[in-house]
Amino acid sequence: LSEFEAAERAVQAALDAGASYADARVMHRRHASMAARNGEIESVSDVADSGIGVRALVGSGWGFFATPDLTDASVRRAGERSAEIAAASAQVASGVSALIPGEPVTGSWESACATDPFAVALSDKGDRLVGATRTMLEHGADLAEASSVAWETRKWLVSSEGHRIDQVVRECGAGISATAIGDGETQVRSYPAARGQYATRGWEFVDELDLQAHAARVGSEARELLSAPVCPTGETTLILGAEQLALQIHESVGHAIELDRILGWEAAYAGTSWLDLAQLGSLKYGSELMNITIDPTIPGALGSFGYDDEGTPAACRDAVRNGVWVGVLAGRDSAAVAGLDYAGSVRADGWARLPMVRMTNVGLEPGPHTFDEIVAETDEGIYMETNRSWSIDDRRLNFQFGTEVAYEVKHGQLGRLLRNPTYTGIGPQFWSSMDMLSSEIVVWGTPNCGKGQPGQVGHTGHPSAPARFRNVRVGVRA
Amino acid sequence: MTAELDLAVSALDKAAAAVPGAEISVTAGHHHAALTRFARSVIHQNVAEDVTTVDLRIHHAGRTAATSATVVDVSDLDRLVKSATEAVRVAPADPGWPGLALPSAVPPAPALDVGSIESTPADRAEIVGAFVAGAGGLETAGYCRSTHWSTGFANSAGQQASAEAFECGFSGIARHHGADGVARHAPLTLAELDGEALGGRAAAKALASIDAVELPPGRYEVVLEPTAVADIVEALAAAGFNGKLVNEQRSFVRIGDDQFDASVTLVDEPLLVGQAFDSEGTPRQRLVLVDGGTTSAVTHDRRSAAEAGAVSTGHALDARFVFGPYAQHLSLAPARSGEPPTEVDGPLADSSVAGLLADVRRGVLVTEFWYTRMLDPRALTITGLTRNGVWLIEDGVVTRPLRNFRFTQSYAQALMPGNVLGVAGAATAIPGDTYTATSPRWTCPALRLASWNFTGGASG
Repeated sequence: LSEFEAAERAVQAALDAGASYADARVMHRRHASMAARNGEIESVSDVADSGIGVRALVGSGWGFFATPDLTDASVRRAGERSAEIAAASAQVASGVSALIPGEPVTGSWESACATDPFAVALSDKGDRLVGATRTMLEHGADLAEASSVAWETRKWLVSSEGHRIDQVVRECGAGISATAIGDGETQVRSYPAARGQYATRGWEFVDELDLQAHAARVGSEARELLSAPVCPTGETTLILGAEQLALQIHESVGHAIELDRILGWEAAYAGTSWLDLAQLGSLKYGSELMNITIDPTIPGALGSFGYDDEGTPAACRDAVRNGVWVGVLAGRDSAAVAGLDYAGSVRADGWARLPMVRMTNVGLEPGPHTFDEIVAETDEGIYMETNRSWSIDDRRLNFQFGTEVAYEVKHGQLGRLLRNPTYTGIGPQFWSSMDMLSSEIVVWGTPNCGKGQPGQVGHTGHPSAPARFRNVRVGVRA
Repeated sequence: MTAELDLAVSALDKAAAAVPGAEISVTAGHHHAALTRFARSVIHQNVAEDVTTVDLRIHHAGRTAATSATVVDVSDLDRLVKSATEAVRVAPADPGWPGLALPSAVPPAPALDVGSIESTPADRAEIVGAFVAGAGGLETAGYCRSTHWSTGFANSAGQQASAEAFECGFSGIARHHGADGVARHAPLTLAELDGEALGGRAAAKALASIDAVELPPGRYEVVLEPTAVADIVEALAAAGFNGKLVNEQRSFVRIGDDQFDASVTLVDEPLLVGQAFDSEGTPRQRLVLVDGGTTSAVTHDRRSAAEAGAVSTGHALDARFVFGPYAQHLSLAPARSGEPPTEVDGPLADSSVAGLLADVRRGVLVTEFWYTRMLDPRALTITGLTRNGVWLIEDGVVTRPLRNFRFTQSYAQALMPGNVLGVAGAATAIPGDTYTATSPRWTCPALRLASWNFTGGASG
């Protein structure tokens, strides 16, 4: 069977078994990773999986079944089992389930890729990582780590409404990290970000990161941090680097605007949201500098695609405009419950997982300033960069972040290096205090966004730039 | 020979023929995993999967390659072997290769409960329905899950093993006017999941949380329920007793030191859920990590053990993970009371928790922790929040509900000698996360601790 034929037969089997709606995703996925530690390769891994997942609606109950077996009998049985599970759901169901109308879409999409990451010699990948770890060791690291990863996903979607879409998505990323071991504590420096930087591009993206060029600095800064003064405790002006602000966006905006959370569908695990749909279009989320879009069309960004996993074509949409909350991340089922007329943010972590609302690329539009201007106009404060820890409550309000490094800001200039920086706050208060935002946007990739049960790992992108926030509590410690 | 062991041996033979003289290990696993999820008191996501996967690792001429694939037929196996064979020829040098596990007996797996492994979506829906009913009309959300799996292992050193097992878990909340209560359980059979009792417990917590007040941040004595203690135990497993992190000096754990209060005994018990060997084929065993407050062992795979001059304890994870070897079935020993816990009125999980409150003059009762993240592994300093029920304890009784706190606390310090003021007389098995088909399982009693550093309230 071709992949489309397998999906079509699974959908038909679900309809024949009583489903009023069904869709099926066939995927072939490959994930190659490599890690080096202290001048040696630590692991080389190549994981491939293939299969089909079928989603069916029977009455008001949803069911989903997945199998790697793409033979005719197996995919038909998968369709039937999805309908059987949907029927069981109806034992504890509401009597209401629907999808917003969607035009049947036929299409293909492939991400841009200049250098196939799976065609690059393993020895070349290994030399790059091993070399960087050796340099970090030579410059002060007690523990030097480096990693790279590549994903390739080929997928075919068929729905009972007539969707027929195939896509190829290639993603890559890499990073290095140096740890210095002190008396009772550790200090870490990383490049380009705490867990690396990722994009929906080919291996040329990893080449551009040029890990080796930053290895010496990263190693020496980790060592230097051990003897740096501790970040002071108190309320101050805070300047955040773009990478840290990207995670701030992810946690305190991206997850908060997920419609399934707002509706309570994730209440028992990921949590809900402080946002109330009745205030969509009027709620003040932050300062007027805060303009956040949901944009899966950004070329090369980690949250980009041609169509989401319900077949909705990628499109840019406002989430926050001039500080006012105006949009959500939605799927066709959650939009129907909420009375909204758009979807487009549903993805599944592989063929064996149910598609659900996920962030795409959620991030800031450029501000009017530069980083240098922000520092120059700050009389006293702290600049923090590179995430080290993150935690936020189940309504996405109360957060605490730690970064690898901070610097004093005095009289418009960066000053002393500080260790163990943290800051804490409440989402809308924090965003309302943003009074300067840089125009120097970089799209940061987050490849480890966890959500759902069974757990799913999502890939998201976050356009971000340095910004300044007033009256922020810093220096929280045990 | 099971179908999975047969598959593993077949892959081993093919790889050995393709790369003569190589060191080869193969794990073949099949699982049927199902999870029924509910929110707003209705089942909204209901999933199942049947998957067979083969993991193949080849070491040859100083190089190592690890490949994995879903396998349906012999062509998939041939493709996997070809991929691994090509990869090992061009892989970077691997001077830290620890060699293969030698043949050794694998302990027997527990007998399977036929009712559990033959359970249907309707059975899970029935448990969910009982939870919803037990919550007495409060809005509910959560999941009921089960996994039945079979694994075969073979390597070119002659080690072969197979095992078959079942596990299940339930987690649910009840909601009332913005207040949530929770109940979780991970018994060994599906029949032991009492949805109605769990729903009643979650509802009692939610109802007792109305009109919560905010308490100033600061250090408070605490009683942590098993669901909260599970977070500490998981952090100890992943970042404390992890042999790789110990080797790298990123952990506070030191074998032989009296690092914990004498009331703390911590044991890994993977055999309870049939995990008889790890991904390197090393037999698992009951492993005492802390014995009466003294650190007695850390967890190793073959690579971390070789670095430490120790032997593997059977804690190797899949090759693609580089977190290091950590225990996923830890049990914190309860105090010996001899009496099984009973349900109690009010917000407490059960009578074993009530027994810890009696001597607390002023403290905080915590149902569970949420979104806990490491600030520094060396001191196991963690920040996070409370969730699903917090109350003030005054003169031995719960007096009023509190709004959630943020905390920043060294877990290691919280359990140091003198800091554990009480251990409950019964432990509850709490299900871990659901990112893998087989879920971690943490068995914990409630704890009374001298001090917990709450660094902020819900309002900031």
